[in-house]
Amino acid sequence: MWRFLMTVIRRDLLLAARRKGDWLTAQFFFIMVVSMFPLGIGADPEQLRRVAGGVLWVAALLASLLSLARLYADDHRDGSLEQMLLSPQPTVLLALGKAIAHWLIFGLPLLLIAPLLGMQFALPLEAILVLVASLAIGTPVLSLLGGIGAALTLGLRGGGTLLTLLILPLYVPALIFGAGAVDGVLAGMGAEAQLSLLGAFMGMSLLIAPWVTAAALRVSVD
Amino acid sequence: MQLSTHDLACQRGDRRLFSGLEVCVRAGQLLLVQGGNGRGKTSFLRLLSGLGEPEAGEVRWNGVSIASAGEDYQQAMAYLAHANGVKDDLTPVENVQVQAGLRGQRVSCAEIEPVLVRMGLAACLDLPARVLSFGQRRRVALASLLLSGAALWILDEPLTGLDVRGVAEVEGLLREHVQGGGMVVMTTHQSLQLQGVEIVPLQIGPVMLGQMSLPTDVAERG
Repeated sequence: MWRFLMTVIRRDLLLAARRKGDWLTAQFFFIMVVSMFPLGIGADPEQLRRVAGGVLWVAALLASLLSLARLYADDHRDGSLEQMLLSPQPTVLLALGKAIAHWLIFGLPLLLIAPLLGMQFALPLEAILVLVASLAIGTPVLSLLGGIGAALTLGLRGGGTLLTLLILPLYVPALIFGAGAVDGVLAGMGAEAQLSLLGAFMGMSLLIAPWVTAAALRVSVD
Repeated sequence: MQLSTHDLACQRGDRRLFSGLEVCVRAGQLLLVQGGNGRGKTSFLRLLSGLGEPEAGEVRWNGVSIASAGEDYQQAMAYLAHANGVKDDLTPVENVQVQAGLRGQRVSCAEIEPVLVRMGLAACLDLPARVLSFGQRRRVALASLLLSGAALWILDEPLTGLDVRGVAEVEGLLREHVQGGGMVVMTTHQSLQLQGVEIVPLQIGPVMLGQMSLPTDVAERG
């Protein structure tokens, strides 16, 4: 069981290492979108600070959608998804492994870029730390819930657009608590409450999303 | 060891592909599924593999429905579909290794290489599968099949893309597997040279015609 999970994760990381262009797109998209805002709304630090949390979080959501469209689609096309579904191990583990691999490829780099982008928005150190913490807790939610959408839209024409419509509403709690945590610390109210709620949301996603994804994969492949 | 179907029916959209299908294969037999294009051969194999849900009836492994047999069945079965399940960015060795890992097996390069060489891939062990021809990728998939150690092989057109030598090699593998007490369910449009192998023919199509010839344990009604 453990070996199966590790194989799924290692396989996806190996594939990502062989095709750097694919996943770097999402990272660059994130950087681009976030960097457009200071250019668009002017350089007033007060104003930038006020929108920083929201902008970074919305950009992270959109960037995740870019990379999620491919999460299962490539494997579906070349038949390896079927082989993985036929494995003696439960499909839930496959869904979990894919989500973990997606987070390592997509979410982790985001955490490293976020502090730099936070500085563009004149965020104080304290707020940058909270931003990184909120992304650290929140991006796994994006990978987990996104997996559901990727599995549901598998093999559909125009699946990418449908994925956006399906998944963005599910992301709303993560967006509210994540951006709220940054705003909270800026307003001097602290971010603990928001971060714990975000943590609870991640825990819930971790428990539920792999099962739903597994069921969706079964349906999509049939 | 026995794979049987009971009153199996399959529907694709509005079209009923077959119904009331009863067939039984035992160790040391090869079930040759025949029928024209679009008659439901692939759908039948997908039902056998557990990827598809039958409209009615069930597939049984050793008398237990495959849904209940679950892991036991998946451990004993290997399915080679139209799509090879070979990842373009991995080398043949890595592909086979990943496939084995997904089955929960660990195989070393030393075990994999002789099999790939036997499949005529000696020259491309370290090349990404992207540069291989269709037939060569098919050979990679066949190598994983060999290493899986599965007793039941479900093969959907295993000969497509193979050259004359490849076809002869696959015939050799089939003979070896079946005579060694394995089971094979396969479709092909080519004629096979399988002397000494007990072949159970099955004609599949919307109208089931009683075409059974050989063993007594094979029954089919229309």
